Amino acid sequence: MNWILNFIAKKPNSINVISSIVAIIMGLIFGLILMFIVNPGNALLGFWTILSGPFASTRDMGFMIFYSTPIILTGLSVAFAFRTGLFNIGATGQLTVGAFFGLYVGVHWTFLGPFHWLVAILAAAVGGGIWGGITGALKAYRNVNEVVSSIMLNYVSMYMVNLLILNTIYGGRSEALRPASTARLPVLFLDNIFPRSPINIGIFIALIVAAILHIILNYTTFGYELKSVGLSRDAAKYAGIKEKRSIVMSFLIAGAIAGIAGGVMYLVGDRTFRINEQLLEQGFTGIAIALLGLSSPIGVVLAGIFYGSILRGGDAAQRIFREEIINIIIAVIIYFSALSLFTKQVISGYVRKKTKKDVDFAQKEGDVG
Amino acid sequence: MTAFINDLGFIFSYAIPVMIALMLVSLGGLFSERSGVINIALDGIMIMGGFIGALLVLYVGRPLGLPTQAMVLLALVGGAVVGTIFSAAHAFAAIHMNSNQIISATALNMFAPALAVFTARTVGGTERINIVDRYRLDIPLLADIPVLGTLFFERAFLSTFIGIAILIIVTFVFYKTRLGLRLRSVGENPQASESLGIDVYRMRYIGVMTSGFLAGLGGATYLISFDNRFNGDFLGLGFLALAILISGQWKPIRLFIFALIFAMLRVLANLHDSFEMLAAVDLPGQFYRLLPYLFTLIILAFFSKESQAPKALGQAYDQEKR
Repeated sequence: MNWILNFIAKKPNSINVISSIVAIIMGLIFGLILMFIVNPGNALLGFWTILSGPFASTRDMGFMIFYSTPIILTGLSVAFAFRTGLFNIGATGQLTVGAFFGLYVGVHWTFLGPFHWLVAILAAAVGGGIWGGITGALKAYRNVNEVVSSIMLNYVSMYMVNLLILNTIYGGRSEALRPASTARLPVLFLDNIFPRSPINIGIFIALIVAAILHIILNYTTFGYELKSVGLSRDAAKYAGIKEKRSIVMSFLIAGAIAGIAGGVMYLVGDRTFRINEQLLEQGFTGIAIALLGLSSPIGVVLAGIFYGSILRGGDAAQRIFREEIINIIIAVIIYFSALSLFTKQVISGYVRKKTKKDVDFAQKEGDVG
Repeated sequence: MTAFINDLGFIFSYAIPVMIALMLVSLGGLFSERSGVINIALDGIMIMGGFIGALLVLYVGRPLGLPTQAMVLLALVGGAVVGTIFSAAHAFAAIHMNSNQIISATALNMFAPALAVFTARTVGGTERINIVDRYRLDIPLLADIPVLGTLFFERAFLSTFIGIAILIIVTFVFYKTRLGLRLRSVGENPQASESLGIDVYRMRYIGVMTSGFLAGLGGATYLISFDNRFNGDFLGLGFLALAILISGQWKPIRLFIFALIFAMLRVLANLHDSFEMLAAVDLPGQFYRLLPYLFTLIILAFFSKESQAPKALGQAYDQEKR
């Protein structure tokens, strides 16, 4: 135990990572307790299956990566907005619009040949970007809180996309048509490594987006401007930054990333866009992933893979426990992420007491807890 | 013209239970937000209320053979109580822990349907909980009044009368009592309120947990009087209540009016084919459901400068700040 305390005392920033881990542990403990209540005899087996299931075979690992791909992207979308001082609760709407744009191109523009899937993904980014841009413009020019407008836009997008699909790419049985085979994301060599899993190059798209965001946020003037508007709109304006344009740009980019997530989700062979009246949960899960990943692109990738792993674990444990246990665990993790300030206070107080060192636990930039 | 009025009457009678549920939930939102705490967890709390209501009817009311209206009352009270308890989690995070209010509410919104579906599937094998009946009642004498009697007292719902009573009580408490004044003041300027001896934390707990009570009640109302089977969620009805709260500019009577309009649009999605005028226009059902959200967006875009939103909405209370 002591080496952990000393480590925290030496590197105060690590407390953020630790509070994320604490949130994950609390979520898992809550899940375990619930399993004990429901089915005490199989609780430990079920719990172990959730944790180890994704690593049982290369096929399971393929599923894990496949599941984590859209979540990494929505997580990046929310995280990017967080870093520029904005709350993107509208990722689900941007994802939905992106999915429609991607599917429309994927179904109809078959003349594109080998570039078909790439154009479809770009179309998804455009769709999501437009939808995010609306939220940004409303905030920048009409002073509308982005959370409230995003919530409304989420539902507008859901009903609108349902109508658009019914009228342009309906395939019957409350489903959209499947994209043409040229529009499906290539598998490349991945099916050799992860046989019989639905994995495709979506994961590389997610990693490229993460890398680009990392560079924009940390090494460019543009990223610096966006972040400074997030820290203080007035100060940024005073410093000569076009703050309204920056807000719109932030939301455009965040929306485009969520839109790509929509494209990645539906430009595959075995999943169709279903027309119903429920928001797609991937947008909200992205909030959890952004929080756990401390709003840094690298952290989001790791948190996204963690999410993919317990989702696959949930599949494996399905015979013992219903898969909704995973969503319960995720919800508890989000709740404890919201309490991260409290967690940090407890940990830092404990570290100070035990190591008798006066450690400075400053809040990290972009921290939203 | 008479056909039009008849149609309107029919839509209205169909929309009443939806309106009452939406009104209760948005009144809940009113309590929370006027005390300064954003509550986008209304949807989750509502689901929790409806879920508990369904469980109580199925596993307590029926086995005990309770009379129908007692069963309804049991479900409504149960939903409200569990809504209150559930909202305490949001209150604790938002008020005591200075947490981001959107994040903790999002957690609640994810938790409620997941727990409901998990429990329902574990207990009954499917996420659907059928409660079969809508438990209507006829009020003697009053039901015989022409027009109004048929609309309000024939085959009516207990929840309708409870809902109207709550609207009157809430309006009174809000504008005519000390509690209401204090609640509103901590949502506008908590520091000034504290300097006058008001316990800001306590008022905000009251605000958020009352909102849990009303949202839970609203969820149970919707389930018992309209949906009559639980499917794991209410298709975003809690967010529609939020749209009502904004369109109604955080004022009780206006909430009632917008709850009525939005509820009618919501049921029109299923009914529009039955009316000559609307069938002639032939708009798809989903379009009617989209309208309330679009309307709220327009209100936000064009009237945000004159917005009546509480001044301290969404800000954690910091005693040091002046």
